[in-house]
Amino acid sequence: MNVQLRVADTWFEVCERARLTPGRGLAALLPDGRQAALFLDRAGRAYAIDNLDPFTGAAVLSRGLLGTADGRPFVASPLLKQRFDLETGRCLDDDEVAVETHPVRIA
Amino acid sequence: MPKPQPNPAPSPQGRPALVLVGHGMVGQRFLEAAVERGLAASHRIVVLCEEPRPAYDRVQLTSYFSGRTPDELSLTDRAFLDEHGIELYVGEPAESLDREAKTVTARSGRVFAYETLVLATGSYPFVPPVPGKDATGCFVYRTIEDLLAIEEYAKRRATTGAVVGGGLLGLEAAGALRGLGLATHVVEFAPRLMPVQVDEGGGEALLRTITGMGLTVHTGTGTQEIVTDDDGAVRGMKLSDGRELATDLVVFSAGVRPRDQLARAHGLAVGERGGVTVDERCRTSDPDVYAIGECAQAADGRVYGLVAPGYEMARTAAAAIAAEDGPGFTGADLSTKLKLLGVDVASFGDAHGTAEGCLDVVYADSRSGTYKKLVIGAGGELLGGVLVGDAEAYGLLRPLTGSVPPVPAEQLVLPAGTGVSAALGPEALPGSAVVCNCHNVTKDEVQACATLPEVKKCTKAGTGCGSCVKLIGRLLPRTGDDGLCGCFGQTRQELYEIVRALRLTSFRELLDGHGREAARGGEGCEVCKPTVGSIIASLAPTIGAEGHVLDGEQAALQDTNDHFLANLQKNGSYSVVPRIPGGEITPEKLIVIGEVARDFGLYTKITGGQRIDLFGARVEQLPMIWTRLVDAGFESGHAYGKALRTVKSCVGRTWCRYGVQDSVRMAIDLELRYRGLRAPHKLKSAVSGCARECAEAQSKDFGVIATASGWNLYVGGNGGATPRHADLLAQDLDDAELVRLIDRFLMFYIRTADRLERTAAWLERIDGGLDHVRDVVVHDSLGICAELEALMADHVTHYRDEWADTLDDPERLARFVSFVNAPGVPDPTVGFVPEREQIKPDLPLLAIGRRPLEGASR
Ligand code: SRM
Ligand SMILES: Cc1cc2nc3c(=O)[nH]c(=O)nc-3n(C[C@H](O)[C@H](O)[C@H](O)COP(=O)(O)OP(=O)(O)OC[C@H]3O[C@@H](n4cnc5c(N)ncnc54)[C@H](O)[C@@H]3O)c2cc1C
Ligand code: SF4
Ligand code: FES
Repeated sequence: MNVQLRVADTWFEVCERARLTPGRGLAALLPDGRQAALFLDRAGRAYAIDNLDPFTGAAVLSRGLLGTADGRPFVASPLLKQRFDLETGRCLDDDEVAVETHPVRIA
Repeated sequence: MPKPQPNPAPSPQGRPALVLVGHGMVGQRFLEAAVERGLAASHRIVVLCEEPRPAYDRVQLTSYFSGRTPDELSLTDRAFLDEHGIELYVGEPAESLDREAKTVTARSGRVFAYETLVLATGSYPFVPPVPGKDATGCFVYRTIEDLLAIEEYAKRRATTGAVVGGGLLGLEAAGALRGLGLATHVVEFAPRLMPVQVDEGGGEALLRTITGMGLTVHTGTGTQEIVTDDDGAVRGMKLSDGRELATDLVVFSAGVRPRDQLARAHGLAVGERGGVTVDERCRTSDPDVYAIGECAQAADGRVYGLVAPGYEMARTAAAAIAAEDGPGFTGADLSTKLKLLGVDVASFGDAHGTAEGCLDVVYADSRSGTYKKLVIGAGGELLGGVLVGDAEAYGLLRPLTGSVPPVPAEQLVLPAGTGVSAALGPEALPGSAVVCNCHNVTKDEVQACATLPEVKKCTKAGTGCGSCVKLIGRLLPRTGDDGLCGCFGQTRQELYEIVRALRLTSFRELLDGHGREAARGGEGCEVCKPTVGSIIASLAPTIGAEGHVLDGEQAALQDTNDHFLANLQKNGSYSVVPRIPGGEITPEKLIVIGEVARDFGLYTKITGGQRIDLFGARVEQLPMIWTRLVDAGFESGHAYGKALRTVKSCVGRTWCRYGVQDSVRMAIDLELRYRGLRAPHKLKSAVSGCARECAEAQSKDFGVIATASGWNLYVGGNGGATPRHADLLAQDLDDAELVRLIDRFLMFYIRTADRLERTAAWLERIDGGLDHVRDVVVHDSLGICAELEALMADHVTHYRDEWADTLDDPERLARFVSFVNAPGVPDPTVGFVPEREQIKPDLPLLAIGRRPLEGASR
C-alpha cells in the first residue's frame, strides 16, 4: 500500500503508507522541486497540501499537529500556529490566506 | 523661640483647611474616605507625616524580610495626592497646638491653620523600664526604620537575638530574627504565648509548633535587666528566674501605648489608660478636633490595636466632617487571623468564653499542632472561637458568629477527611454576614459584583489583611466554561486526575471517552494534544505508559520540538542544546562542542541559561550531531520540552570568599534529579551560594539560596514578560529536606497547574496561594505528600536520555529526514548567509506563499 499524489496529471508515488503515523505529517519532494506535506488521520484518510508555511516562508507545515475543528481536519503550523484546512487549504485564522492542496490516494 | 506667623484661616486658596496629623495606615485610609466624600474639593488638605516616608502597610511589615521592598509596602502614591491636591509634609511631625488660634506648629517651625484637625498618631512600642534598656543593640519593632536598623545590626554583630514579649508582635519579631539567621529566644511574662488572642490550649499548640521550629520560648519569665559589655552593647539579659540569657540583640515587644501626648499637652480629654477620648463620631472633647486609629479611645472605652477598627473610625470621621449622617463607631470585633512564623492563628468573637452559660467545643491534635475551640452560647449560637495551626474555617466561622450554625458545632472543628466533618459552604452564610472584616463588607455586597477585581474596586473587600479573599472567591459566580479547549470540557488538572485514576495511556481513549460530544472520534487539536502528551509523559512510569516521547501514539501528540528533540527555528532549521548541569563544564567537553559546531557549520551562542546553543542544524543532521555529543558524554538539554531547563549556579563556597554552601554541587544534583521531567510549562531553577544571590535564584520556578545552616527554598519566581520574585517556602533546610520539598512542590504543581501556566502564575491563581501550597507540601495538609514523593521517585528511576535512546533505534531515526521520498536530499529552502564570522538564516521573500483563494480549493 503506497501513498500517491496527483501531480501534473499523473499519480506520483511518494512512500509506503506505513511510513505515515496517524496524526502526524511527512514532507515529500515533488518532481518540479516543490514540497508537499502529507498527513494521515486516525480514520486512515490521507491529505496533502503545500509544505510551505505562507506566514513565515519556511517549509515546515508537514511538522505541524493535526486536529479537528467543526468536524473538519486541519494542521497547525509549528512556527506561529496558524491552522489550515486539510481539504481546502484555507487558513482558518486568516481569510485572505490559503495553501495549495493535492489530490492524494492510497493504492 | 519667636512665634512664627500663622497662615490666616481660611487658607490662601480660600478653602477651609483640614489638617491630618499622622500619615500611618489609618491616616491614609482617612484621606481616601475624605476624597470619596468630596472633602478634597471643599478643603485644603494638609498632612503632617513624622516618618521619613509616606504611609505604608505596617501590618505586612515583616514581609520585608521575605523580600518585599519598602516601596512595595507603600500604601499611597504621588498621583493620588497630586490628583486631589493633598499637601503631604514628610518628616515633619506636629509639635504643638494652639486650639484657640486653631493652628498646628510642625517641627520645622512651619505653622498650619486648621478649621478641622484630625489626629491619627498611632501608638508607640512600650519598653519596660528595665536597666540597660537603651543599650546599643536594643530595638523596637514598629516602623520600616526599626527593621532596617535591626537588619543592619544583626548582620554586623549578632548571632543570637531575644524578643521581650510573646504576643502577636513579639512572635512576628521573633520570626524576623530567625529569618536573619539568628538563634532566637522569646521571653514572655504570661504563662502562655499570645495571651490576649488565644486561650491556654491554643497557647500550648502554638508553643509546641514554635519550639519545633527551633525557637527557644521562655514563658512565665520576666526580663529584669539588660547586661552590656564594656562598649555599652548588649551581651545578655537577666531573667526573673535568676538565669542569664546570652544574647547580642534585644527587641522589645511588650505592648503598645497610644500616642496621645499632643492631645494631652493641650488639654484634650484622654482616657485613664491613655488614648484621646472620642465620641461615636470620633470627635474629641474639642469639636474641631477628631482622633482616629490607635491613638484614640473609642466611645466604648477601648483603645483598638488593630487596623480594621481604625479603618472604621477613619470612615466615621470623614463622614462626620462631611456632615453626612451615618452610623457612628461604637466598637468593633477583635477578630484576627494571622500567620505567625508560618502558623495560622485566628481568634474571633468571644474567644475566651466569657458569656454566661456558654460551652466550649474543642478539638486538639498535638502531633500536627492543631487546636480549635468554638464557644457556643446557651441557645446553640456560635459566640466565638480560637483556631491554631489550621485556621482554614475562619473565613466562614467569623461571619456566622451570633447565629446558630447550620451543622453541629463538633463537625465544624473536626479536620476535613475524618468522615464526619461537614463541608460548610459559603451558602450557609446569611446575606448580611460580614465577609471582609477590614472593610466591613457583607456577603450581599460582595455578591453584587461579578469578579474579584470588581469586588476589590467597588467595596475594597480583600484589600486589607487579605484573609477574606478565598471566601470572596467562593461567593462569586463561576465563569462559564473553563474547559481546556474545543475538544475537552475539563481543565488540565481534571484531565490529569482522569489519566492518573483510570491509568489511561492513550489520547484517543481519553478523547473518545471524556471529550466533548462533538469532538469524540476526531483528531483533537493543537492545544489538547501536547497537553495530554505532557500529562501522559509525566505520569508514564506510574500509569504504565511507554515514556519515550517519540513512540507510538505519543509521537502524534508532541509539538514539533518534542518530536525532533530540538528547537525549530524560523527558517525550518533546528537548534541543539546539550545539558550542562549547573553551568559547570570541563575544557574537554567545551572543545567537543566547539568541534561539533565547527564541523557542522553551526552558529554558537552562550544562552541566558548558562549553557551553549548550536543553531542552524538541518533535520537530517541532528542524529549525526547528537552521535558526536552523546559519545562525548552529553545528554539532551530538553530546551525543546515543557520540562526542566537549567539549574543555574554561582561558583559558591568552593571559590567565592562569601559562599557558605557548595552551590555548584547542589545545582548539579538538582539538575540531574529533575532532568526530563515533563510539566505544564518549562521549569527553571538556580542555586546561589549566599544571600548575594549571583545565580538569581529568586527569579526561578524553584530557587535555592544557601544559609549558614542549610538552604532556603523559594518558589514561584519568573523572569520573562511578567517577572515575579519567588516566595520563601521554607528555611534552613538540610540537603534531604530540600530535595524532599522540591519533589513535592514540583509534583503538586504538575498535578494542579493549567496548560502553559508557569509556577508563578499558578501560585497566584490557586486558592489560598502560597499559604495553601505550603500547607500541602510542607505540612502535608492533604495527606498526599507520600504519593507526590513516590511519583517523583518513579520519574527519577525511569529517567533515560532521549537522544541516546533515539540513536539506538533505527525506526526512530527514520524520522530525521527532510523528505520521506528523498532521504539523502537536504531541504533546499533552508539556507544561510554569513554574519559576524558565523551564519544566520537566509529567509525567502514571504509573498510567495500567499495565493488567491480561488486557486486554492480543488
Ligand atoms: C536560547 C535562549 C536565549 C539566549 O540566546 O540566551 C532562549 C531562547 C528561547 N526562549 Fe527564552 N531563551 C533563553 C533563556 C531565557 C531566560 C533566562 C533564563 O532562563 O535564565 C528567560 C527568562 C527566565 C524565565 O523563563 O522566567 C527566558 C524567557 C522566555 C519566555 C518567557 C517565559 C515567561 O514565563 O514569561 C519564553 C516564551 C515561553 O516560554 O512561552 C521563552 C521562549 C524561548 C524560545 C523557546 C522561543 C521559541 O519558542 O522559539 C527560544 C528558543 C530557543 C531555541 O530555539 O533554542 N523564553 N528565556 C535562552 C536559552 C536558555 C537555555 O539554556 O535553556
Ligand atoms: C509588626 C506589626 C504587625 C501588625 N500586624 C497586624 C495585624 O496582623 N492585624 C492588625 O489588625 N493589626 C496589626 N498591626 C497593628 C496595625 O499596624 C495598627 O493597628 C495600625 O497601623 C494603626 O494605624 P494608625 O494609623 O492608627 O497608626 P500608625 O500606623 O502607627 O500610624 C501613625 C503614624 O503617625 C505618626 N505620628 C505620630 N505622632 C505624630 C506627630 N506628632 N506628627 C506627625 N505624625 C505623627 C507616626 O510616626 C506614624 O507614622 C501590626 C503592627 C505591627 C507593628
Ligand atoms: S551568590 Fe554569594 S557565594 Fe555565590 S558567587 Fe555570589 S557572592 Fe559568591
Ligand atoms: S478581612 Fe481583611 S481584607 Fe477582608
